[in-house]
Amino acid sequence: MSQQRNSNLYSIIVPTYNERLNIALIVYLVFKHIPDINFEIIIVDDGSPDGTQDIVKQLQKVYGDDRILLRPRPKKLGLGTAYIHGLKHASGNFVIIMDADLSHHPKYLPQFIKKQMETGASIVTGTRYVTGGGVHGWTLMRKLTSRGANVLAHTLLWPGVSDLTGSFRLYKKSVLEDIISSCVSKGYVFQMEMIVRASRKGYHIEEVPITFVDRVYGSSKLGGSEIVEYLKGLVYLLVTT
Amino acid sequence: MKHILKILTFLVAITAIWISLLQTAMIPQSYTWLLPLYLIITLGCYGLLMVGVGLMQFPTCPQEAVLLQQDVIEAKEFLKHKGVDVGPD
Repeated sequence: MSQQRNSNLYSIIVPTYNERLNIALIVYLVFKHIPDINFEIIIVDDGSPDGTQDIVKQLQKVYGDDRILLRPRPKKLGLGTAYIHGLKHASGNFVIIMDADLSHHPKYLPQFIKKQMETGASIVTGTRYVTGGGVHGWTLMRKLTSRGANVLAHTLLWPGVSDLTGSFRLYKKSVLEDIISSCVSKGYVFQMEMIVRASRKGYHIEEVPITFVDRVYGSSKLGGSEIVEYLKGLVYLLVTT
Repeated sequence: MKHILKILTFLVAITAIWISLLQTAMIPQSYTWLLPLYLIITLGCYGLLMVGVGLMQFPTCPQEAVLLQQDVIEAKEFLKHKGVDVGPD
């Protein structure tokens, strides 16, 4: 099978906060898995006290500061604005967003890119909830909550994607710019809002199964306040999209 | 506002059908009065069923944690060699 030269440039935006080890591992894995792709990694660090930015500078010495862009902010300012900030510095015609805690594995990047090239989709989103995907590190209670939340969201919103809160996605840059300007939510509701608005606007969305290994240390909490936020987010999306 | 309009239209349509059923009395009225309740209960049961089925079929990937650990070791070795501080072993 002939390898077509992919002349696209992919800007990978990774927001970080206290990820001095994980960011190095991610950078290594990205270079390992997409060696023949034109890409840049834009690290938006929110003033991490653990020295994440020092590590990024060391990585720049290894990989080049044209491939690894450090675009920090003074303090924690939220995920949505981190993407907007990263977008300002993105030169690519495609943007990939991913988490910095290794729950999103760079080994799926070739599949995202391939899916987009095959289908011409505006957005390719990773889904943990279909065959071929999966989650590791969740308790039964966590899975129950996730499944319940998913059924509720699907019943209310008819979103057209199987994983609403996932944040491992590939966007055409113009599409991301279009959607992000109309989103106002915070946290994971923000991810939901992005994909629902994209669906409503009629953008072509494709899915790729991904596996998600929840962080081993200090696993993501899901308490009462998160559930309330989620329900509020659902109602907001129900009424405004 | 389009999605909520779709839902509201659907609810209005169902309500109209329900009212017309009450008026024409094709089905005994005592039964018709309870129809909305039956619908809600059915919806609830369906939702619970979907949650249960989804929970049973929840895809897991324990082998991925192992693979990840291998990747971490490989990455740490390479980066240490290149002078990046990857912390104590």
